[in-house]
Amino acid sequence: MPARDYIRERFFPHMWCPGCGHGIVLNALLRAVEALGLDKKNFVMVSGIGCSARISGYVDFHSMHTLHGRALAFATGIKISKPELNVIVPMGDGDAMAIGGNHFIHAARRNIEMTAIVMNNRIYGMTGGQFSPLSGYGTMGTTAPYGNIDHGFNTVDLASSAGATFVARTTTYHARELADFIGQAISHPGFSVLEVLSQCPTQFGRRNKAGDAPEMLESYRTGTARIDSKKKRENPDLIERGIFVQKELPEYCREYERIISKARGE
Amino acid sequence: MKNSETKTAAREHHIERAWCKGCGICVHFCPKQVHKLDEEGKACAVRPEDCIGCRLCELRCPDLAIEVIDRQAADRQGKDHE
Repeated sequence: MPARDYIRERFFPHMWCPGCGHGIVLNALLRAVEALGLDKKNFVMVSGIGCSARISGYVDFHSMHTLHGRALAFATGIKISKPELNVIVPMGDGDAMAIGGNHFIHAARRNIEMTAIVMNNRIYGMTGGQFSPLSGYGTMGTTAPYGNIDHGFNTVDLASSAGATFVARTTTYHARELADFIGQAISHPGFSVLEVLSQCPTQFGRRNKAGDAPEMLESYRTGTARIDSKKKRENPDLIERGIFVQKELPEYCREYERIISKARGE
Repeated sequence: MKNSETKTAAREHHIERAWCKGCGICVHFCPKQVHKLDEEGKACAVRPEDCIGCRLCELRCPDLAIEVIDRQAADRQGKDHE
């Protein structure tokens, strides 16, 4: 592993199941940070609860493992008090979209400079396979033994509507694209959201007959297409990958500084 | 590069056996079938001489257990330091 300087090796092998996509996200994240050439002392990773949240224990950055769904709220406090830090907030689909849904949309609306990575495995893995807001209609879970009747959120549409100034989606199959998008999301001067389709062979794959980890990765290859690609035009049902939003708006911490100066009459 | 040179394994695959959980992603996606799972279910580079250096095994390893080392690049780097 080339980016060994950025991990806490004493905690390896990690606790994720064989073939879990979250390890690929960690792998790409380390490469992205290494490629940016930034000092690891300037990174803070803040996570909530769930399989995804365990990622903060493996990186050798400043890290905080906080409350379920509340990682963005803790991260906002950190960023406001020390705006010079790069704040990364990895979240699971349940963490980000269910219990943390409100924090998610309001962090996006404020445009506070941080990187929210939604590691979407479509299930609550750690607690035993309950369906999440991203499981999707018709999927099976321990709490949906006859099929899920809830429709899923579209993370990209939700984040875009809520005001995030960088919104992208990719998968763990597209490992190079994943590292590239994480790098761009970290460099973006505003609230960035990256949804990563990440396979859970143990809880989601097994219940939904999606196969083992390689088969689930194959489904990301065949089931997704780049925005505006020929493949997407020919198969409109494919899930789109790419950067959907990339724009600059006043950033929250800098605006806050401006208000402080104004109040002081400077 | 001559074919004979590539056949002397230009790359070495360092696999952290204690970290590998045997998911088979490297085995499945290697375009040259370099890897296979051994009797203990751990990834093992059985045909390193066929490796084309795409590094997809390294990039997609969920266990962060694989590193593809380019011997020539490593040698060059070594010489630079001398």
